[in-house]
Amino acid sequence: MNLLQIVGPVMVGPSSSHTFGAMRISRFVYKMIGQTPEEVEFSLHGSFAKTFKGHGTDRALLAGIMGLRYDDERIKDSYFLAKQTGLRYSFRLVELSNVHPNTVRIKVQTQKTQHEVEGCSIGGGAIRITKIDDVDCDLSWNYDTLIIVNKDEPGALSKILSNIKANIANLYLRRINLLQAKALTIAELDSPLENLHELLGLSCVLEYYFVPKDDFL
Amino acid sequence: MNLRELIELEQKTGQPFHEVILLTQMMEDGSDPIDLRKKMKVFLETMLDIAEKNFAKSQKTLMGLCGENASVFAQHLPQMMGEFNHMTTIVALSIAEANASMGKIVACPTAGACGVVPAMVYALRKLKGVLEESLVDGLIVAGAVGACIAEHASISGAVAGCQAEIGTATAMASSLAVYCLSKNSDKVSHAAALSLKSLMGLVCDPVGGFVEIPCVKRNAVAVNIAIATAEMALAGIQSVIPFDEVVQAMAKVGKSLPEELRETGLGGVASTKTATSLLEKIRGELM
Repeated sequence: MNLLQIVGPVMVGPSSSHTFGAMRISRFVYKMIGQTPEEVEFSLHGSFAKTFKGHGTDRALLAGIMGLRYDDERIKDSYFLAKQTGLRYSFRLVELSNVHPNTVRIKVQTQKTQHEVEGCSIGGGAIRITKIDDVDCDLSWNYDTLIIVNKDEPGALSKILSNIKANIANLYLRRINLLQAKALTIAELDSPLENLHELLGLSCVLEYYFVPKDDFL
Repeated sequence: MNLRELIELEQKTGQPFHEVILLTQMMEDGSDPIDLRKKMKVFLETMLDIAEKNFAKSQKTLMGLCGENASVFAQHLPQMMGEFNHMTTIVALSIAEANASMGKIVACPTAGACGVVPAMVYALRKLKGVLEESLVDGLIVAGAVGACIAEHASISGAVAGCQAEIGTATAMASSLAVYCLSKNSDKVSHAAALSLKSLMGLVCDPVGGFVEIPCVKRNAVAVNIAIATAEMALAGIQSVIPFDEVVQAMAKVGKSLPEELRETGLGGVASTKTATSLLEKIRGELM
């Protein structure tokens, strides 16, 4: 029994999966990089590509990457907002293999970094983040999510884990570059994390992104 | 959890039905009942607010396949309908058109079916003088009815057809009205069962896959079904088949629906000649 699965959220229409869900994926990216990017490219697959503007998927994705809230009625005018803020954007309709019909790949560029995140909207507004910078994962964003780029060296993981003073619900690991000796660690946390800043004190942590669970009604 | 078990809990504990529901969720996932009620109240107030703002407004839908019906219906002097049905129909059309034009709505249980419950809520407040706190109680009960359907069948058109979306919204609106007007959980279960039975097998056939045809007008018809089933339950009419069994039947029907009739835009009215030519016309705007 979960009343909040049935009543709500307050959102902008027309579709829980193609509008709200799409916006959640791009808002995840916004929260991950902590700002509106300089440039964004959305690659839409399957049903997302087929109905595209008809469900306002394009405007929802743009609104999400600019950090608008789900009930913001300016979502409708997100092209205008993007132009106003100078965000460079593009949309591509693509065919990806072995992915959910409602999948989008979001490539963002900021002054400092670039990232690519893949996610799908699986119905009723629920989403899955399926890839971050080529690392496969399966994040629901029902948890606070911690993404760490760390040195690919023995003992790195145990140092990181012993420094995360929160309960870990799920954990994903992957080497991203053998030559540069970099790996990615993604943790979904089901209790608050208070000592986040201490992570950067670890020599094995190169950078980290903390994506707090989204609050929406 | 099914609805019968909730009603039994109510009888055992002697607590009001809506309290039993909040406590049940607390036992299951640790949600704070006070916090949960507060959230439900925000949803209710938002529904009333959205109904007020969009009432009889003329709105074109995103793809322009339909729209501007709420204002037409508001100007029409009903020849058969009473005031309550007229008002709920206007609100359901208004909110469904707001949804289809990227306006703000409360998904209940989904965005596509978002006009039904608020329409009932609005008319109960305006015409029957039901107090806001009582409407919150009703929304909690409606939420439980929806949750039972979600758990044992589905509330997704792509999974089980429109019976799962509009059908669930209708059962919820009907339950809400019966609870606000009688506080009788048994009658609630009959109202919900009668609603689902009336919409059993309803297919999800949006033209082009867009939440426009037939979704907007279906919201408006659905609230009238909810009024009829609520009125019957209030009169003491019972559903011979109990709610929980109707939900099981609905799940089975949903499984037997072919993919064309589950939100793919390939069957039902979506596959008609007129639908095809309409889509031909708007193809350019889509890309």
